[in-house]
Formats: sequence, C-alpha cells, structure tokens
Amino acid sequence: MIVKMIIFIVAYLILAPILGGLLAGLDRKVSARMQGRVGPSILQPFYDVFKLFEKESVTPTRVQDFYVLIFVLFVIASGVIFFAGGDLLLLIFVLTLASAFLIVAAYSSNSPYAEIGAERELLQMMAYEPMVLITAIGFYMYCGSFAVRDIVVGSSMPFFPLIGIFLGFAFILTIKFRKSPFDLSMSHHGHQELVKGLTTEFSGKTLGLIEISHWYENIFLLGFIFLFFANGTWWGYLIGVVVCIATYFFEVLIDNSFARMKWQFAFKSSWIVALVLGMINIFVLYLIV
Amino acid sequence: MSYIAKSPWVVHYDGSSCNGCDIEVLACLTPMYDVERFGIINTGNPKHADVFLVTGSVNEQNKDVVKQIYEQMPEPKVVVAVGICACSAGIFRECYNIMGGVDTVIPVDVYVPGCAARPEAIIDGVVKGLAVLQEKRDNMVKAVEDESVEPIEEENQDAAEAGEAEEKKEEAEEEGGKQK
Repeated sequence: MIVKMIIFIVAYLILAPILGGLLAGLDRKVSARMQGRVGPSILQPFYDVFKLFEKESVTPTRVQDFYVLIFVLFVIASGVIFFAGGDLLLLIFVLTLASAFLIVAAYSSNSPYAEIGAERELLQMMAYEPMVLITAIGFYMYCGSFAVRDIVVGSSMPFFPLIGIFLGFAFILTIKFRKSPFDLSMSHHGHQELVKGLTTEFSGKTLGLIEISHWYENIFLLGFIFLFFANGTWWGYLIGVVVCIATYFFEVLIDNSFARMKWQFAFKSSWIVALVLGMINIFVLYLIV
Repeated sequence: MSYIAKSPWVVHYDGSSCNGCDIEVLACLTPMYDVERFGIINTGNPKHADVFLVTGSVNEQNKDVVKQIYEQMPEPKVVVAVGICACSAGIFRECYNIMGGVDTVIPVDVYVPGCAARPEAIIDGVVKGLAVLQEKRDNMVKAVEDESVEPIEEENQDAAEAGEAEEKKEEAEEEGGKQK
C-alpha cells in the first residue's frame, strides 16, 4: 500500500511536468490548426521554459521570487496529495493557499499591471472556489469519503449521479486552465491586455517556474475529471482518460471561439452554475443516497 | 546547446512609424506567414521579450520610451530596426523633431530596410537576429565563467561604484537642503 503510494508520488513528480508540457504543446498546435496556421512544434513549451531558465533574472523585489517558489511547492504538494490518494478537501485548501501566494507575489512587485492582474486573480478565485468545494462535497456524499484512494476504487461510476457537478466543474476548469473567455488575470496568448497581468513583473527563471507549476496543476485538475469515471475497473479508467483528453480539447475549442468576458460575467456565471448545477445535484444526491 | 534561438519572444514598439511597417509586423503573425512556427510570440511585455522590434524613427518624445523598453528587457536581447525610418529615419530625416534612426538611442543588431518592410524581410531579419542572440548568450556564459575565476577585482569595482553612488546621493541631499 505504502509502496504503491510512493510509486504514484514519484511517477507524478517526474511524469506530470512532461505530460503537462506535451499537453501545452498539443494545445498550441491544435489552437494553431483551428486558426488555419501550422503552429509550433509540440515540444515548444519545453523550449520556452528552457530558454527562460537561460535568461538573466530581473526582479523588482527579491521577496517575490520567494513567494513564487512557495507557490510552486504548494501546487506540487496539492498534486502529491491527489496522487497519494489523500483528502480532497485538504488538496483544495493547499491549492487555494498556493494561488494566494502567487497573488501576494504579484502584489509585492508594486507594478500597477501586476496588481490589477492580482486583483482579477482574486476575483477568479472567488468565482471558482464554491464549485470546487461542491465537487468535493458531491464526491463525499456519493462515495462516503473525501479520500481519493476510496473514490478511485468505488464500485460504481460517480459520473451519472454527479453529472450536474461534472458540468459545473468543467465550467470552472476554463478559469483554472486560464482559457478564454475567463483568462482575465493572465493569458497564454499574446492578447496583451494589461501587458501580461499577473506575470508582468516575472521574468527568466521565475516565469519558467510558474509555467512548470501550471503543467503540474493542469495534470491533477484533469485527475479530478478522471475521478468522475473511476469505478475500480480498467474500462472505467480508460473512459476516464479519454474523457480527460476530450475535456481538454473542448476547453481549447472554447478558448479559440470566445472573446474575453468582463470579470462580472465570469463571477456571476460561475456562481450561477455552482448554485444551479451544483446545489441541485447535491440536493438530488441527498434524496437518492 | 542553448534554447534561446528556439523560442524568441518579440516585443514590438511603434516609434513614429506611419503604421505601414506595424501592419507588416502583424502580418507575420497571420496564418499566411505564421511566425509561431519558429516559436516566435508577440508578448507585449519587455520583461518577457528577447527580440525588440522597433518601427519608425526616434523623436524627442519617444526616445525615453525606447530606452526604457530596451533597459527592461533581460539579457540576452537583440534589437531589430524594421523599415527604413527605424534604420536611418528615411524621408523624415530632416524633420525638426526627429533624432534619426533607432541606433541614435540604443544599439541595433539587425537593420531591415524597406518602405514598408515586407513580412518576408522582417522574418528574415528576426532569424538573422537569432544568430546574434545565440552569440550574446555564448558571451554571457563566457563572462560568467570568467567572473568565477577572478571574483575579487569585480567586488572592489562594485564597492567603488557603490561609494561613488553614495557620494552623489549625499551631494544631492546637500543641494536639496540648501534649496530648502
């Protein structure tokens, strides 16, 4: 049991950045094809990060690098909790703490662009946090446990009884993946609004670290999607992986077909989704379980 | 092996260009030319950029902006002057407010002439710039290695510079005091 856990943690630490980077490369390739372009090589995100590590580091305040380092560590830690089969609630709180450190890092640079980016990131957190919590509660109500290791081996697929929560979670994933229409605080594209939002003042190694932690984060957020389909059998796991890929493709499609919305829309829509889809689903679960 | 030439991020600044060259720079990003094939991204943030594309000549109003963008870019960096105005001020050379090409304010590595410069020429200029970028990166690595051999001298220099800076600060404060 413990050996299996350690294998999962080590595999996550090594494979997640590789898979996450490839996913980001595929993302750019698919986006380019959707726009009728050839697009960069699939390894381009790795080239970008390696280049960032080669650059001179320019930082307005030294403490900001420290905050970013803490952010990266906490993002990795939340992934480790997930793949070690730990508690979903603990994972969510560690991830929230990580985001808080990124926001503090952006604030500490004293740049107006970074500060507006940080404010928007706070609003985004307010927008997606209720739905993430409802997801955890839904899993608890259906599987009787917050622990990932119990949910994974559950006897039936949580997807059908939790379908409302699944849709709601897929909705806020757009915010977490930093995709249009909700890429308010920072974007991977050259939209150039607010220069680069949250990451305006980060350069060189620090920016590279943020990119790597984004890969880690993407992988275990897709792990949430996987959980909806895990039922202890191989075909359940297979469906889970296929749906993870389909969800990511869908997010890329949404990213390429929508313009950026104002924060008011991001906030209202994600709370409405959380209340309607999430709460009704929880209420129905309460009746049937 | 260095990755700097595989992912050049571009920041584009319009000096006093007529917008002709700017349109051509943006044309490079369209499906027709698609510079993202080479990993080139238009960032809009000097702190993330490796290549500085300047269009249009430099005038008294924007020389500080050009300088500031250049200084905010982390090393190694390359400046590409796009269009004849950025190279030598072109037909605006004799204007009362024009200082000249971009090289009157910051060091330029690649000149791309043309009015307006064609997208092919701009891409070619950036690719030429990548060779310079690679060379600068190699020099940077060499400089770091040299520094690690003789660190004492540099420390002294730093101390001397710091001393000078402090003196200047004191002088400034004294002057400030007098004015009060």
